[in-house]
Amino acid sequence: PHAGPVESKNEAAMSELVPEPRQKPVVPMKPMGINTSLLGYIGIDTIIEQMRKKTMKTGFDFNVMVVGQSGLGKSTLVNTLFKSQVSRKSSGWNREEKIPKTVEIKAIVHVIEEGGVKMKLTVIDTPGFGDQINNENCWEPIEKYINEQYEKFLKEEVNIARKKRIPDTRVHCCLYFISPTGHSLRPLDLEFMKHLSKVVNIIPVIAKADTMTLEEKTEFKQRVRKELEVNGIEFYPQKEFDEDLEDKTENDKIRQESMPFAVVGSDKEYQVNGKRVLGRKTPWGIIEVENLNHCEFALLRDFVIRTHLQDLKEVTHNIHYETYRAKRLNGNGGLPPMTVETEENHESNL
Amino acid sequence: QGEGCRTVPLSGHVGFDSLPDQLVNKSVNHGFCFNILCVGETGLGKSTLMDTLFNTKFEGDPASHSQPGVQLKSSTYDLQESNVNLKLTIVSTVGFGDQINKEDSYKPIVEFIDAQFEAYLQEELKIKRVLHNYHDTRIHACLYFIAPTGHSLKSLDLVTMKKLDSKVNIIPIIAKSDAISKSELTKFKIKITSELVSNGVQIYQFPTDDESVAEINGTMNAHLPFAVIGSTEEMKIGNKMMKARQYPWGTVQVENEAHCDFVKLREMLIRVNMEDLREQTHTRHYELYRRCKLEEMGFKDTDPDSKPFSLQETYEAKRNEFLGELQKKEEAMRQMFVQRVKEKEAELKEAEKELHEKFDRLKKLHQDEKKKLEDKKKSLDDEVNAFKQRKTAAELLQSQAQQAGGSQTLKRDKERK
Repeated sequence: PHAGPVESKNEAAMSELVPEPRQKPVVPMKPMGINTSLLGYIGIDTIIEQMRKKTMKTGFDFNVMVVGQSGLGKSTLVNTLFKSQVSRKSSGWNREEKIPKTVEIKAIVHVIEEGGVKMKLTVIDTPGFGDQINNENCWEPIEKYINEQYEKFLKEEVNIARKKRIPDTRVHCCLYFISPTGHSLRPLDLEFMKHLSKVVNIIPVIAKADTMTLEEKTEFKQRVRKELEVNGIEFYPQKEFDEDLEDKTENDKIRQESMPFAVVGSDKEYQVNGKRVLGRKTPWGIIEVENLNHCEFALLRDFVIRTHLQDLKEVTHNIHYETYRAKRLNGNGGLPPMTVETEENHESNL
Repeated sequence: QGEGCRTVPLSGHVGFDSLPDQLVNKSVNHGFCFNILCVGETGLGKSTLMDTLFNTKFEGDPASHSQPGVQLKSSTYDLQESNVNLKLTIVSTVGFGDQINKEDSYKPIVEFIDAQFEAYLQEELKIKRVLHNYHDTRIHACLYFIAPTGHSLKSLDLVTMKKLDSKVNIIPIIAKSDAISKSELTKFKIKITSELVSNGVQIYQFPTDDESVAEINGTMNAHLPFAVIGSTEEMKIGNKMMKARQYPWGTVQVENEAHCDFVKLREMLIRVNMEDLREQTHTRHYELYRRCKLEEMGFKDTDPDSKPFSLQETYEAKRNEFLGELQKKEEAMRQMFVQRVKEKEAELKEAEKELHEKFDRLKKLHQDEKKKLEDKKKSLDDEVNAFKQRKTAAELLQSQAQQAGGSQTLKRDKERK
């Protein structure tokens, strides 16, 4: 704070651009609600409400991709996450269909609404990943798809006459399903995450965690974390993007203790202790999906949806997209020349 | 919603209804910024109104009327209310309306607004950009101060507002409105509004598409231009302290809606539409500027394939141009360096030459002196020799004389004998 009057005149005649912000010690405002008289209250804090109203009106987009070998329960988990039939399998596809020969990318779009908030949810499935005998480079179609979405956005952004709201099809979150072998990560897992963690937010998830005991789970998680660290794989939330100390402490705890989340998915309900819960029924008991003692599904759900949804989008937009854009505008920077795919890959539920 | 997009019901609480909160929290952490431009003649109370609106004494001395041209003075302040941090920038015209010839008065204002758009555009076009941390200086609201003549708008006002209406959200206000009576005010407002309409000036309309604010905004739109009074002095009225202006015939209360429209202005500008003002600036005024600028630079949205590439070509071209310029500059600097070295060399040579000459001169002087001295010595030696000769001759003569004298005496002696 300055001692005397702050010299803050900035003559802006012809060429002056950005004025220097000066810290000016200001008469402190009386906090809202304490003082009822008009004196002292300006109303700047109403911008929060104004902003909230605006965002409720425009709605949100969220695009999540699921990657993992078939049979790991990806579709079920997504349905459980969003408490509705949003996965590809539920959208009228035959469960007995053949495993594709190459990795395919199938995106389904749904609109879901809750509490006045409308969300356009896109679930991108990757059937065929890791299912071949020779899985070399099977992540390439996925990487290509992700880059194509960045390309689409970039093209829209550099238009002269731009849309008011550029449609966002970029992948905000990629859930990578790890097989609950109990031993360690497979080479395919490492290769995939190494390549893709640089272009998209990867959240590793241990699938079908009901096949492990608590001790096995803890050990497996530790080993997986170690392996990821040794291989230099930065999964979301990435350390380098922590904005402040508060973020860092919060995210450190998640990174070092909770992740990867060991989950169980289910869209069936059972009666447990008088309540209807989502679960899996086995001869030896009912596994309650949302019970934190049984699995970490609730942690994953809270993490992805209730606390970090907006952050996932922001990291995608401010960091991954910007990286792509910079590379692209710097003369292709190693990227293959783009041929933008049209809407043929976006499956719709007709 | 796109085609083929279906709405699915949820069978339980998912939790993404917290999304607006997540977004708002991030924005709050980030802070907000709001930039107001005050355009008006000197003495219309621009600074006082800002002080009154934001309940602070902002820095600044009142301007004089003798400014040679119109300038813009900008100051940024950090305000905080509850948990909201606002970076407020207030830009005011200085000397507007004071010149004898006001033909170009609007120009510095337009240039300033464009400069802020340009700065944003430059940042947006950068290859490595930091848009989410960019301090946005684009003007979100322009308060145009109309002098309370009671008759009509001045031609300067019309011209200026016409030039600004496609670049910024204009909110016209009648300044120092305690100079006008209620009945005159109504007529004045009608006259102003009709003049604005007949001249095609697009002022900012408070948005009426959202039901929650449609009603109040609609009503307020009809009250434009707002007749305001500013005052930071507080007087005791009844049992409360209020901002007011005291006259012998009564006290004008700033926050009394029967006295003036200050409360309406504050309500509209800050408490209801601040976010919309920011959005309009970004999605309408800035986009227009950007479109015009890019078209000026020669871009067209012809076929979808050409854009990133054409922009990439520009980047290539710009980069090459930049490198070329760098090279030219480097060359120029090298030339200048060589030139300087040459000059220095020449100087040194000159100096050397001078030194040599001096040395030669001194040497000659020395030689002359030496010769002189030698000559003197010679003459002195000659004199000494001559003296010696004379001395010898004299001695000889003396001895001869003595001999002769002796021989003479001998001879005399002989003769005597």
